[in-house]
Amino acid sequence: MHRFDLDKNSVRELNQALHEHNGSKENSTWMVTNPKGKHAVAVGIDAPLEVTINGHVGYYCAGMNKQGRVVIDGNAGPGVAENMMSGLVRVTGSASQYAGATAHGGLLVIEGNASSRCGISMKGIDIVVRGSVGQMSAFMAQKGRLVICGDAGNALGDSLYEARIYVKGDVAGLGADCVEKPMTAEHEQELSELLEQAGVTGITVADFRRYGSARKLYNFDIDNVDAY
Amino acid sequence: MAEKNNMDWLRESATFPRPVIAEIQRAARTGIYDIRGFGAKRQLPTFDDLVFLGASMSRYPLEGYRERCDTRVTLGTRYATKPIELKIPVTIAGMSFGALSAPAKEALGRGATEVGTSTTTGDGGMTPEEREHSRLLVYQLLPSRYGMNPDDLRKADAIEVVVGQGAKPGGGGMLLGQKISARVAEMRDLPEGIDQRSACRHPDWTGPDDLEIKIRELREITDWEKPVFIKIGAARTYFDTALAVKAGADVIVVDGMQGGTAATQDVFIEHVGIPTLPAVRQAVEALQELDMHRKVQLIVSGGIRSGADVAKALALGADAVSIGVAALIALGDNSPEHEEEYRKLGTAPGYYDDYQDGRDPAGISTQSDELAARFDPVKGGRRLANYLRVLTLETQTLARACGKNHVHNLEPEDLAALTIEAAAMAGVPLAGTDWVPGHNKI
Repeated sequence: MHRFDLDKNSVRELNQALHEHNGSKENSTWMVTNPKGKHAVAVGIDAPLEVTINGHVGYYCAGMNKQGRVVIDGNAGPGVAENMMSGLVRVTGSASQYAGATAHGGLLVIEGNASSRCGISMKGIDIVVRGSVGQMSAFMAQKGRLVICGDAGNALGDSLYEARIYVKGDVAGLGADCVEKPMTAEHEQELSELLEQAGVTGITVADFRRYGSARKLYNFDIDNVDAY
Repeated sequence: MAEKNNMDWLRESATFPRPVIAEIQRAARTGIYDIRGFGAKRQLPTFDDLVFLGASMSRYPLEGYRERCDTRVTLGTRYATKPIELKIPVTIAGMSFGALSAPAKEALGRGATEVGTSTTTGDGGMTPEEREHSRLLVYQLLPSRYGMNPDDLRKADAIEVVVGQGAKPGGGGMLLGQKISARVAEMRDLPEGIDQRSACRHPDWTGPDDLEIKIRELREITDWEKPVFIKIGAARTYFDTALAVKAGADVIVVDGMQGGTAATQDVFIEHVGIPTLPAVRQAVEALQELDMHRKVQLIVSGGIRSGADVAKALALGADAVSIGVAALIALGDNSPEHEEEYRKLGTAPGYYDDYQDGRDPAGISTQSDELAARFDPVKGGRRLANYLRVLTLETQTLARACGKNHVHNLEPEDLAALTIEAAAMAGVPLAGTDWVPGHNKI
């Protein structure tokens, strides 16, 4: 196991060391200690590395991750796993704003709560939040699945495209063009698989509701002007 | 009766001239604002309102064709370990694949590469064609993040964080459904044929303090190799430039309100932002006050058409300029060659601005395979290279006339203004006086 103490080494040194494995198939394990809210920790990974960060991180941890499996054993600041392409990022605590923003793939698991704009502009990532999410989550979400095991704040799924949202708890309000859609067996199966991948147990999929785009704002229509 | 047939008595309203009446009628008919491409069409103070003083008794000119006038520019010297070197001070501005056809993007790369300068991606990501044909390619990070991925980020020669553009400071983008072909849709992770809206705010930062951290992340991902540009639409340019320096930019791109667009509301194009002329001065003042002039490079865009525009922007303190609309015209946009087809679209060469429409007869601002196939990227690239060479020769001609052996040695002192407005905006004296309106000097 590679050990990296951020009290002794810089974030630059850590990322440089991780990037030296980019493009390889190496699945070595890394332990990062004393992150103490530092920003851009373990960003730009492109190899199946197993990275555990022991403590809280600042902005953009695991940003643009590809293949890496990053566990943040603590809370994450804004933009965790932003623009992730593949792999896994797990936050054992809670995450700040725009978790998983614009991400194209992979799985982001937040075991606590996520703040506002979780999954903003997501483009294919799957996000599973064990707790609740703040307002404007899945804003302009294009693709992928957002699973919320707690409650959702206001304007959920505003200006949504083709992403699917599953919520178990209460929804404070839906955004423009976001509507509730029926849960079919296909969706229950999909949700069940997502929860299993995320390691979330003890939750009944039948308790969830599904939300998606009404697709009324996909092409401009003057009769929808009140929605703009 | 004779009077009735004589139209000389007709008087057009200055408040409601025919184009205004036509727009009201169009709005009443369609119920939607006018969306178009191109840039601002209204009269604005421009670089035409400045002249060079030239050498005479107190200045020595350089000999044309004999004494060298250098045009090289280095961008990204502040933090990047791999700054980019341009042979000429003219770059190609960001224009997306989606807004433009793939052959048009390829031609921009070919033309720029032939003369040793850079091209820029645009909203929608990087196409293999433009990467292959662009020796120096700047990869834009836009609010939509369409097509953004770490592989292309590493392939880029520089990264441009787009905060705004001159045609619409404070506005997002749009690509209407008719241009969302299967390939464009796939690159943007969207369904085919829908109107694609690009957000006006970035999804994961909300101010200059956040942006500083965001830029640090981008540098970490790319191992601090790439120059990071910040592009702003000219509005509060002095403060925006200062904040871009604070956020850690290597290069600042200031796009004046004449800057082009592929699709924006006409009301936005014509009524938001400030012209390029005052924006250059404000940006340079901010850099000078922070002791960052020439340390953080300044690229100016928005209505650059000729070597005179280039030279004047440089004389005011820019390190380089960018061109967009002018580059498209060089490729063949608005060419008389397509006159008949422009007529069928209700327009004419010299007036065509419906870049949003996707029916460009020149095959440039389209996603129609049939129309795009008309455009030859090799010939288009050659035309662009020719045009860029002319811009450079003209710039050198003016610099030599002012006695400068590098185009960066041009300075405000070489300029005079022809109008009080231009004198005030550019901060150079009104011709024949030493009066700069707004300055204490009399």
